[in-house]
Amino acid sequence: METALTLNHFLFVSGVLFAIGLAGVLVRRNLIVIFMCLELMLAAANLTLVAFSRFNLKEGQPDYEGHVLLFFIITVAAAEVAVGLAIIVALFRSKGTTDVTKVDTMKY
Amino acid sequence: MTFLFYIFAALAIVGGIGVVVNRNPVSAAFAMILSFLGLAALFIQLDAYLVGVLQILVYAGAIMVLFIFIIMLLDVQAEEKRRFPLFSALGAGGVAVAFAALLLVVLNRNEAGAASIPPIEALEGPGTSDVHRIGELLFSQYWFPIQVVGILLLVATIGVVVLSKKELK
Repeated sequence: METALTLNHFLFVSGVLFAIGLAGVLVRRNLIVIFMCLELMLAAANLTLVAFSRFNLKEGQPDYEGHVLLFFIITVAAAEVAVGLAIIVALFRSKGTTDVTKVDTMKY
Repeated sequence: MTFLFYIFAALAIVGGIGVVVNRNPVSAAFAMILSFLGLAALFIQLDAYLVGVLQILVYAGAIMVLFIFIIMLLDVQAEEKRRFPLFSALGAGGVAVAFAALLLVVLNRNEAGAASIPPIEALEGPGTSDVHRIGELLFSQYWFPIQVVGILLLVATIGVVVLSKKELK
């Protein structure tokens, strides 16, 4: 079976990864794992950017503006992870847990 | 080339499922690294060499080390079995499957998406690598965003220091 790779292949993989990340955010209760699933969704969106940049050629080369946007996304994601994990550590200090079902002071 | 795509796509997706399914957070983190490696291979298959290497260095390297370090620091235990796992598991699985099905329908109608990979012109000589081109774009057309990102990183660093400091009396 030698079907050529199409844009849809990459978009589908990206979408499936995003859906898996979404399911993880919904089903997991450990805050750190929820955060990891968020990162997975972000990385899945990156694949879409690279795929579109590769399939829309500009003067025979990939559209590098997509790569530049990706560069910014990776930078912001790194900053987000640092701040988010610091918040999780602060939460753990005050509550002694990272289980989201036990952090429900605002619920009632 | 095509079978490589399927191998690495499967690696990325299996790793992603591993993150959701593993009850132990350390196993979940390692499944995440697996998923990121597969994703980086897909980037490289799309001729995005710089981005693929960045994905490995920044995501699989720095970010996941940070995650594992925090898991160790907080001594996070595996999630205990919950009493009614069926309800939320069904809900989340339903959402994911519905999303994937929607995607399949939309992509099947997308005629532009059926195009196969167009070949890129092979260029020789200095200044033709993707690193060079991205760097040129970053420091000419996108000079302002890169300054803003620099400030953002500075603010994030200071914010993390303030957040993780012990309470002052």
